[in-house]
Amino acid sequence: MPFTPNIQAFCCHYTSQQTLAEGPEGLLADGFPKSVTIHRLACTGKLEVSTLLKAFEDGADGVYVAGCPADKCHNLMGSQRAAKRVGAIKKALAELGVEPERIAMYHLERGFHPDFVKVAQEMDERITTLGPSPFQGGTK
Amino acid sequence: MIIAERKPLNEIMDMVKDAKRILVLGCRGCVTICSAGGEREVEILASLIRLGKQKAGQEVTTIEATLVRQCDKEYIDSIDQWDGQYDAIVSMACGVGVNFIANLHPMAKVYPGVNTSSFGGSAEQGVWSEQCAGCGNCILHLTGGLCPVARCAKSLMNGPCGGSVDGRCEINKDVPCIWQSIHDKMVRIDNAAGLAAIAPIRDWSTSGHGGPRKTVRNDLTV
Ligand code: SF4
Ligand code: SF4
Repeated sequence: MPFTPNIQAFCCHYTSQQTLAEGPEGLLADGFPKSVTIHRLACTGKLEVSTLLKAFEDGADGVYVAGCPADKCHNLMGSQRAAKRVGAIKKALAELGVEPERIAMYHLERGFHPDFVKVAQEMDERITTLGPSPFQGGTK
Repeated sequence: MIIAERKPLNEIMDMVKDAKRILVLGCRGCVTICSAGGEREVEILASLIRLGKQKAGQEVTTIEATLVRQCDKEYIDSIDQWDGQYDAIVSMACGVGVNFIANLHPMAKVYPGVNTSSFGGSAEQGVWSEQCAGCGNCILHLTGGLCPVARCAKSLMNGPCGGSVDGRCEINKDVPCIWQSIHDKMVRIDNAAGLAAIAPIRDWSTSGHGGPRKTVRNDLTV
């Protein structure tokens, strides 16, 4: 049975402007994978580690964060903070014996950019290869 | 304050391997300030425990709570509200909290969620360094306020060991030789002569070598 991953993307307002302008259909036409669900945030710096972990608990096979370029964050340090938190989760996933590549941080230009679609495709490909999340079933 | 950091997850997962209902218990004191065991870290650890259990195909429920302190009986008593609802407690307070729970709840299985490392201060955001070892007989008035008990690798009392290079300790070049710092400080405050006095052989009994220490304030006891 082919595996369609469940990927949760957390993007800041600035890197995900394309989603608003093009809408879901426009994005799909650009090649944005169906497997990715976008959550828009004011700033990725506001993301809590627990929010990203919750995404895995809720069944995500992969999670990624897309924020501004590290040195050009609209909120100065926001995307750098997010990158640190993603790093902490990578370490925790490894400790639990789960592939750290299931979570990623991307620093993207603001506004319309082909990279916004590219990283989604990259995650889709990567998670499809890795297969379903080893975190299965069970709820709080 | 007391500095701690989360234990490796595999250690924690091993402690709770037989538990199906886990109370993850934070503390709003020191471990909140050093971001090891406050509310946020409780939320993160509880989530990681659930994920670890899910991965192992085991069922688990967690209760997440954070007490004002875990070093006071009154606050520990509030654990009673979860009586019968957990198989194990993972305390994210310093070791004092774990001990207090173990003292006051003889039947409870309580495990440490953090490694308690030192008494320190925040050197810069995200960095804490040891400053005092709680030796019970403070000599900072003799050393310009810089502690050789905690900050000299050998806890020397009468000057440097001779191993320092360029003012750095021989254990690690990132660590200042505290005796160099003490000397420099004493020169700056015009008290270098004070260093000439020979410190007598130290009585370490106040430092834990005389058994567990106890402080009693008769003016405060009721
Ligand atoms: S001399 Fe003892 S009490 Fe004073 S700072 Fe050093 S370890 Fe702490
Ligand atoms: S080099 Fe200085 S700080 Fe290090 S052990 Fe020797 S006296 Fe102590």
